[in-house]
Amino acid sequence: MPEALAPASSAAELGNELLPLEVRGLAYAVAGRRLIDDIDLRLGDPGITVVMGPNGAGKSLLLRLLHGLITPTAGVVRWNGEALTEGLRKRQALVFQRAVLLRRSALANIEFALRLTPGDHRARARAALSRVGLADRAGSPARRLSGGEQQRLALARALALQPKVLLLDEPTASLDPAAVAAIEIIVRDAQRTGTKIILVTHEQGQAKRLADDVVFLNRGRVTEHTPAKEFFAAPRSSEARNYLAGRLVL
Amino acid sequence: MQDFAESFRLAFTLVLTADRDLLEIIGLSLRVSLTAVALSCAVGLPLGAAVAISRFRGRYAVLILINALMGLPPVVVGLVVYLMLSNAGPLGWLQLLYTPTAMIAAQTVLITPIVAALSREVIEQLHDEYDEQFRSLCVPSHVAVAALLWDARYSLLTVALAGFGRAVAEVGAVIIVGGNINHLTRVMTTAIALETSKGDLPLALALGIVLITLALAVNAGVMGLRLSAARLAYA
Repeated sequence: MPEALAPASSAAELGNELLPLEVRGLAYAVAGRRLIDDIDLRLGDPGITVVMGPNGAGKSLLLRLLHGLITPTAGVVRWNGEALTEGLRKRQALVFQRAVLLRRSALANIEFALRLTPGDHRARARAALSRVGLADRAGSPARRLSGGEQQRLALARALALQPKVLLLDEPTASLDPAAVAAIEIIVRDAQRTGTKIILVTHEQGQAKRLADDVVFLNRGRVTEHTPAKEFFAAPRSSEARNYLAGRLVL
Repeated sequence: MQDFAESFRLAFTLVLTADRDLLEIIGLSLRVSLTAVALSCAVGLPLGAAVAISRFRGRYAVLILINALMGLPPVVVGLVVYLMLSNAGPLGWLQLLYTPTAMIAAQTVLITPIVAALSREVIEQLHDEYDEQFRSLCVPSHVAVAALLWDARYSLLTVALAGFGRAVAEVGAVIIVGGNINHLTRVMTTAIALETSKGDLPLALALGIVLITLALAVNAGVMGLRLSAARLAYA
């Protein structure tokens, strides 16, 4: 088997038909200013890819472009060779930095998403809540939950849809360590069951704990994409070295 | 002319003894206005929601039109509905002029733009919040509209209340299409206008007291509901 195909086949072994993700010449500009600038990227492994970079690097924008929430100015995004369609997006899920929860109970939030799919909604919704340790909060108003619980609920809703790819936009920003730990366990569990994780974070500790590979972004460009161990031991780009050393990345 | 104190005394007597004429007028007022509010909500809420989540050429013009229609003068609405329902009008064959149905129609025309414009504002705010999540979940438009209407239900109660306030206090349209006929189309506002002009202040005052009490009670009820909803973070 050719070496280049190895990541795709390992993805297939875990049943992830959306991989590899291939991005070519991706750009997104607003008023002539390129916020995402000519990105080429290939993600074939079904592990956890962490997207890192300083504030304003374009991490959240990249995630939205990959998920099709915004249309690129140039370039293509292909999931296992297919251009992004609504059908493909349904097999992905995105959890936002600030959980977007409906003005309903925790259980009703998950049921709402599940009603868009066939099957027994109530049982699946309860199972999803149990999975993230919120079974006892099923009837609580979603917006009355703590920040960590809200984010776990958003994760439960996303995972209830059994996505092949889970995109996470700084899901633990501003959360306390216990909440961060709970979310990281959920994310790791999801990855073990075959869901490809693409996680945006600017927290180095979290990246070290979770990442299998790291995509480093600066000023809308990918400066490097390397295995996590290699990235943290000896980053190739000067931007990543400065970032990891705590220096300002300009 | 009786003095004010005597008028108030008689007015309270009418209210406290549940005078039959008074009750009949209040009953018809509520029937007409509540039906008009229900019809306006049935049309105005989905319309407001659809405009809130849609992006199309000319949307700005539609917004201006809906907002402008909020200020429709009741007498003009009354006149237009009168012309439509009069024997020579296109709907004259329905024989609805000077009936409660005509009054409901006039009030519905009057308050539908209010319901549509205010609900558009409420729904648009909520839609801004939900939009990316809905697109991520690939929520179909009709499901999104239903979800937005449901999740904004407590705010929309205030919208319905605004419509009810406008309808129940309105006199110009209903007097033109209803004719203020005793035991048939006489509602609180038209009766107040008539009794005041006749110098029969007790009945006018009694109706005024009921009208104000009603407005206060409905407002208090809706506010109470909204506060409970806010406590649960549902509003």
